Amino acid sequence: MSSDKKNSGQKDSGQKISGQRNPGKTRTIEVNYLARVEGEGGLKIKVKGGHVQEVQLNIFEPPRFFEALLQGRRYDEAPDITSRICGICPVAYQMSTISAMENALGVTVDLPIRQLRRMLYCGEWVESHTLHVYMLHAPDFLGYESAIHMAKQFPEIVKRGLQLKKVGNELMQFLGGREIHPINVRVGGFYRAPLKREFKEIVQRLLWARDAALETVKWVSDFSFPDWERDYEFVCLRATDPVYPIEEGTFISNKGLAIDVNDYENWFTEEHVAHSTALQSSLKGRGAYLVGPLARFNLNFDRLSPLVQETAKSIGFVPPIRNPFKSIIARSLEILYACDETLRLIEEYQSPSVPSIATVPRASIGFGATEAPRGVLYHRYRLDDNGLIQEAKIVPPTSQNQKSVEMDLWQFVESRMSLPKKELSWQCEQAVRNYDPCISCAAHFMEVRWEEIE
Amino acid sequence: MKRKKPTLAVWKFASCDGCQLTLLDCEDELLAVAGQVEIANFMEASRAVMGGPYDLSLVEGSITTPHDAKRIQEVRKQSKFLVTIGACATSGGIQALRNFRDIKEMTKVVYARPDYIDTLATSTPIASHVTVDFELRGCPIDKRQLIEVLTAFLLGKRPGIPTHSVCQECKIRGNVCVMVAHQTPCLGPITHAGCGALCPSYNRGCYGCFGPKETPNVEKLGTWLQDHGAKNADVIRSLQTFNVWSEPFREGVAKLNPKVELKK
Repeated sequence: MSSDKKNSGQKDSGQKISGQRNPGKTRTIEVNYLARVEGEGGLKIKVKGGHVQEVQLNIFEPPRFFEALLQGRRYDEAPDITSRICGICPVAYQMSTISAMENALGVTVDLPIRQLRRMLYCGEWVESHTLHVYMLHAPDFLGYESAIHMAKQFPEIVKRGLQLKKVGNELMQFLGGREIHPINVRVGGFYRAPLKREFKEIVQRLLWARDAALETVKWVSDFSFPDWERDYEFVCLRATDPVYPIEEGTFISNKGLAIDVNDYENWFTEEHVAHSTALQSSLKGRGAYLVGPLARFNLNFDRLSPLVQETAKSIGFVPPIRNPFKSIIARSLEILYACDETLRLIEEYQSPSVPSIATVPRASIGFGATEAPRGVLYHRYRLDDNGLIQEAKIVPPTSQNQKSVEMDLWQFVESRMSLPKKELSWQCEQAVRNYDPCISCAAHFMEVRWEEIE
Repeated sequence: MKRKKPTLAVWKFASCDGCQLTLLDCEDELLAVAGQVEIANFMEASRAVMGGPYDLSLVEGSITTPHDAKRIQEVRKQSKFLVTIGACATSGGIQALRNFRDIKEMTKVVYARPDYIDTLATSTPIASHVTVDFELRGCPIDKRQLIEVLTAFLLGKRPGIPTHSVCQECKIRGNVCVMVAHQTPCLGPITHAGCGALCPSYNRGCYGCFGPKETPNVEKLGTWLQDHGAKNADVIRSLQTFNVWSEPFREGVAKLNPKVELKK
């Protein structure tokens, strides 16, 4: 247990795979850091007599204490502060915050504002999902260290990915001012709402992106996937309108859960484990659950647009999908949906008479949950008479998936013990990347450490 | 004859990942950049890692743990040039709000087991720990400015990053002043340029995410805002965001509210 750390030497810079045989009976094999996830974390797997003894997803992202530093801030400052929790999905943070604040203040915004928010969120789905599909996950399936390495053999594919990602960013720039930490959203609406005619250029880009997303779905569906499944409890939102869940909804699961957002903390709990600066969530009395594209796809297939449903059926990808490695297909179908949905929304959009409605502070509690690219993101705030935050609670998707990741690895490693360690380590990294973990959110990056006792 | 490509490393400390994501967001330039430099260590993008030393290190994030305080020393030793990217690395980030509060109290608010958490009482910029060759500002940094820094480095020249205020960017863009026309409080006069006057272009006051410009008069803007109806507490909070620990903003806050005690 002790030699592994010492020997890693470059714990922070060394992501190379190293192995060593100790004298005596304990064999320690370690892989420092897991690459291509957003943040800082590691993985420890302890094996004895050919069986897994322990799996720990270590998250050593330095804590930043957001829930504490939000105390004393005014409600309308919160969206810009919480967006800094994650540079990859700032819109998700802004939207969950805004949803909770508007819930606290009893505010309901008009249709055009809701449409603009949903479009902005679609931009983030396209950007974040494409980053993951092309740059972080696909290289695993094709055996490359990174998308840049992959670009040498598949330049056209990598360029398509970059351009698709760019369209997501362009949509966020257009509606939000910039793609990372957008500046145009506020409690009550937007600072500036675009006119209908301003959408002309982005429509052309989205038409291209929708085609590129179709190609993406076909591309990833031809990858070879480990034949492996698990019986998950999938948790996601179900939207009030008959659309796929993004910016609002109530909680559902494939195992009977159906609750309002303000009931979340009665059903879910967080615990603090020593090996992580992220808190681990579980469903009370039921344990691990899975959030993200697979959960949304499985439970909201009927809410996808006809184009996406047809495309999914044409590649034989229909619910229930229980193979986590196939999340890359679900993610690609969601890119397609986000493009298709934005085009539909633009068609319906009529610019609002005012870009935002006034909000008045009052002592209150507000709840908000939206679907971040990685899964549902829950916020709760308690405000005083002046609208100053007294208490904040934020449950990001990665901490909700953490237990599920550990269980996947436990069973996955157990079933593949005969593989060479180097290969198995890579497959473990890949299994973690199935979740597109955003460890900045959860607190952050991966290190795989094997400890084998013979 | 093939010249050896310079090596680039990207390092992360306490941050949101947004600034290093900016490099991946250079969709049109990324493959060209990868053709000019050897990306030797960029964990968010690649599992392939080369050992140091590195010609250029981009550092994101602030120093908040004893472990990171040691690690930055190692990064400095391994780097010929070290450039900080973003508000966290350049001024401590939003997490530097802890510098005004009791960290034990804050840990208890967030974690059930504060004893599991190993953290410093302060969040400090990279330059508080090691020599920094260039500081790129912004929360997040601007893509065009990042490309300028990389290009300048490749050409061996100083990056052409203006140090004037956001006000000048508004003039260049032809924006109507939001303070004059709409009485919207705006930190533009004291904020470092770089965003292209984004917020005022969206009818919003600048909220200072690029930090202080060169020689800003923070106190004067603060009292001016108060003369025009802003509450002192609101002005102070507006300075206490992503660059709260930058010296000019810190001093400005201390002058506007002498009660604020500064931790050393």
